[in-house]
Amino acid sequence: MKYKILAYIFFIVGTSDLLIKLFYGNIFSDLTEDYYEIANPILVFTPVLFFSLGGIFLKESKVSLSVENFGTSRLKYYTPQLICLVFVVLIFLFFTFNAQMNMENRGIDFGFGFLNQEASFDIQFSLVEYDGLDPYWWAYVAALLNTLLVAVLGIIFCTILGIIVGIARLSPNFLIKNAAAWYIEFFRNIPLLLQIFFWYYAALRALPLPQDASPLFGVTYLTIKGYYMPAFVWNNLNIFIYLVLAAIISIVFIRYYAIKLRDKEGKQLPVFYISAFLLIILPGLSFIIGGVSLNFEIPVLKQLSATSFIYDGGISVPPELIALTLALSLYTATFIAECVRAGIQGISKGQKEAASSLGLTTNQVLKLVIMPQALRIIIPPTTNQYLNLTKNSSLAAAIAYPDLVLVFAGTALMQTGRAIEIVSITMLTYLSISLAIAALMNWYNKLIEIKEK
Amino acid sequence: MSRFSFLKSDRSNINSLLFTGIILVTIGILDVSLNTFFKLNLFSFLPGITSFLFPFIIAMFGFHLIRIEFTGSKTIDILNKNINTSTFNAALTLLILFVVIKAIPPSLSWMILDANISGDTKEACTGTGACWTYIKVWFRRFMYGMYPNEQHWRINTAFLLVIGLGTFGFFATEKMKKFLALYYVFIYPVMAFMIIYYLISGGYFGLEWIETGAWGGLSLTFIVSFFCLIFCFPLGMILALGRRSSLPAIRYVSIGYIEFWRGVPLITVLFMSSVMFPMFLPEDFFMDKLVRVIIAITLFEGAYCAEVIRGGLQSLPRGQYDAAKSLGMGYWKMHVFVILPQALKLVIPGICNTFLALVKDTPLIFVVGLAELAGMLALAKTNPEWLGYAMEGYIFAAIIFWIICYAMSKYSYNLEEKYKTER
Repeated sequence: MKYKILAYIFFIVGTSDLLIKLFYGNIFSDLTEDYYEIANPILVFTPVLFFSLGGIFLKESKVSLSVENFGTSRLKYYTPQLICLVFVVLIFLFFTFNAQMNMENRGIDFGFGFLNQEASFDIQFSLVEYDGLDPYWWAYVAALLNTLLVAVLGIIFCTILGIIVGIARLSPNFLIKNAAAWYIEFFRNIPLLLQIFFWYYAALRALPLPQDASPLFGVTYLTIKGYYMPAFVWNNLNIFIYLVLAAIISIVFIRYYAIKLRDKEGKQLPVFYISAFLLIILPGLSFIIGGVSLNFEIPVLKQLSATSFIYDGGISVPPELIALTLALSLYTATFIAECVRAGIQGISKGQKEAASSLGLTTNQVLKLVIMPQALRIIIPPTTNQYLNLTKNSSLAAAIAYPDLVLVFAGTALMQTGRAIEIVSITMLTYLSISLAIAALMNWYNKLIEIKEK
Repeated sequence: MSRFSFLKSDRSNINSLLFTGIILVTIGILDVSLNTFFKLNLFSFLPGITSFLFPFIIAMFGFHLIRIEFTGSKTIDILNKNINTSTFNAALTLLILFVVIKAIPPSLSWMILDANISGDTKEACTGTGACWTYIKVWFRRFMYGMYPNEQHWRINTAFLLVIGLGTFGFFATEKMKKFLALYYVFIYPVMAFMIIYYLISGGYFGLEWIETGAWGGLSLTFIVSFFCLIFCFPLGMILALGRRSSLPAIRYVSIGYIEFWRGVPLITVLFMSSVMFPMFLPEDFFMDKLVRVIIAITLFEGAYCAEVIRGGLQSLPRGQYDAAKSLGMGYWKMHVFVILPQALKLVIPGICNTFLALVKDTPLIFVVGLAELAGMLALAKTNPEWLGYAMEGYIFAAIIFWIICYAMSKYSYNLEEKYKTER
């Protein structure tokens, strides 16, 4: 009991210490300069120390019984932990102290105030409105969105490709099986950076100039300066979106109703066909009577100077984005294909036979018996691969695609010289993306794990 | 007169069906081959796109005809079973065949027939194909970076020595075997470090001092990944033990460390090592860029290594721990003599995979200005005398890395299979 109280006291002290430091600065800063310089690095980390001590006591209150059972003496229990903590704190102190000295010598002070300053550099490609007059934090947002864009595109393409290749790997057809196997062996064993370079510097450079490009699918142009496609110009977009939402909501209700009907009366509704019908008809209606119209803004060739041409209008996808997405999805798809294959192979044949002998149709066997079990095997490693893809998207910096690393840890760092703040922000961003996905995955794993009685 | 149905194969006239089918498939494939190799089109009398699609259609029809169970001919049975199980499969088979046939002539002519390899200057490249002269001229740079040409024997000797010391385990006698772990984890890294430091870096024994800025090419890839591997292994072992420790403070510190490094991309770690790390060191303390990069990658890779080793520790049955404890062994005795020797053997394939990932990650050090293979390629590509040969360079690098990584992945796969049967 006393350990618990001690733990809570330490937690409260640590929290209040942290809050005071955050809002009022160091309370001891009024003291003399000499004292402050030595003590400040230590004082920065007092909350960490308090929290760790609190954690130890909290744990102790729970395990003290088991410790006695195993006969481990108190000394053996505390000494290694204390040494470990002191070691960690000392390393941090050493780093902080040096950082403080170095920054003082170079005349920089630590702080995140620079985020509000004018960035005054340009980003080649961004999803949000950005120009050089905007502050650094807005550049950060634009760069983060670019990173997420690559990650999302890569995840979509690599999933599609990975599933196709993974299934092809199990095909009875000798040629398809081997083609898939060779694809996997080939792309998996070449460093991703080289693949990105290959696509960007070698493959995409072989594309025609804008003025020589012949249209692809009639209205899109694949040129050395990027991929130009028509933009959608919507009229009354909100009505369209409302109707799509209405269709989705009604599908949810119909599914619910169909399950009820099946449980009560044993009737099967063709839910899939009804949903498809609704999804097509309701948005379609909006075009006919809702006053929604869709136009395309088609890119047109425009002459900038005697030899320089560009396509104007529409959406332009820069070649960096194309190269990056291609390389990332081709590379990650090999791993996803292996996950899919392992998942499908992990289901024993008996499951399929048992399900068919119960009288389920082939589709039902796949949907109700095979897939739920295969997904349980497939999803955790696949999520890991998505995570890897997101982290690998930082290689964008090597071909000057304006992602988080290039814009923030590259340009912004060069301009402000605030290495510690900027690198920590970048790392923390990636770390929080990773931890968020990991937490989501753990939650999902809990959801689908086999509930044993 | 027997019935002859084209639409549905039956067994009444099996031989004529097989005969027609095989002829049709052969014609289809022959036409595509003639078309690609000799620019002949057998069906040029057909209008428009039909002449292009015709071989595909007749080959599909041929496959349809020979799709009969137990034809009596072994070859056709094998064909049916492997590439002709259904219409869809037959279509895919034909697609793959045709794509391969169509892809052979351009790639062959680019890679070999129209390529140049003789000569020493750009002018030697007159053909329309690849210019392998470029690779030939730059080969030493790609392998050794800016290291002086007459000193290359030092790198070679160092590598041979390090590899030779590494094979020590194969020749060890039964008596020496118990010291192998000690040797590989502690003695070998130190010796390898000394060899590489004294031989490649020089400055002692009459060898010329060559600064790390001149190191580069594929040899730098090996140096970096080798050092990172041997240093991250002990680190990973400590972290894995820490993560499984029953002492909360040690466990949380290990978990925090592992999750932090696993959550950030390597490129930010490298940025950290090059711009942020110098700020954390005392002012007059200079640390070489290469050393900083190796430390950063070691810290990063140590977390991955820890997870692999933890997997090995977890896969040991609980009985091993209990048995060791019941013999009165303490924590360290138990781990050193009972747990780790078994666990480490189990994780060798996993470590091999980590090393594979490490080798594939190493080109990234190019981002902080170390000229390993990718860096040398970028340098050669922008050389005004050799503009426009990026493709050859990247294909060359891809082939080299592919051979290394493929061999390693096959090796680790074999090890995995071997240990699977042993247990």
